[in-house]
Amino acid sequence: MESTLDSVNRAEELANKVAGESGFDEDERHRIALAVREATVNAVYHGNHYDPKKKITVGFESSGVGLTVTIRDQGTGMVPEELPDPLAPENLLRGSGRGIFLIRAFMDEVRFRTLDPGTEITLVKRRGSAEHKEA
Amino acid sequence: MTMKASTRQVNGVTIVDLSGRITLGEGSVILRDTVRDLLGKGQKKILLNLGDVSYIDSSGIGELVSAYTTVRNQGGDLRLLNLTKKVHDLLQITKLYTVFDVKDDETTAVRAFAS
Repeated sequence: MESTLDSVNRAEELANKVAGESGFDEDERHRIALAVREATVNAVYHGNHYDPKKKITVGFESSGVGLTVTIRDQGTGMVPEELPDPLAPENLLRGSGRGIFLIRAFMDEVRFRTLDPGTEITLVKRRGSAEHKEA
Repeated sequence: MTMKASTRQVNGVTIVDLSGRITLGEGSVILRDTVRDLLGKGQKKILLNLGDVSYIDSSGIGELVSAYTTVRNQGGDLRLLNLTKKVHDLLQITKLYTVFDVKDDETTAVRAFAS
């Protein structure tokens, strides 16, 4: 997909559709779709910097366990451990920096992998995990 | 659905009725421009009615925070009205629910600006 906001919207719509087909309820579909949106924004904006020569790929895999979404960009890479904590008092009123935090809050498993070039983020949502996550 | 914003005055408070999605791109820009225009006109008591906001992402949350700090830095006040469950949940997760003054009733919210 192109490195555009249209791709972000398309990935979000696809996530909502696939999550519905995978049996997730409305609340979970919203959370999955938002996590995919945030990851795709990162890929298009922070990764590829809207460069028309660089692409992103978004893959969905539904299984008996749950839904796995993989998003790849062709950017210069990122170090998620170095991102500031958006809940820290000094960061609470910042105008950005909540995307990865929301992805982690809404998905059961989040993995990063450095590519050459780029970054791959894998998001996993297990079936029936909502109550566990909110507990 | 793209975002729409319309403003009205109630007892010296500017109520901004927002509807649609506040997300990266158009939605965030409309919110930013609306607040900037109000401040430019000297309207510093701003109540954002989010009752018809169906969706918000991290960019939209950031825009709400930026609007809040911008208005406060100019000696004004920005409060929130009628959060949907999705927006309420997002503000709780991000610990911003404690930052914003949030009301469910317009009359109460307008009155709160006087206190």
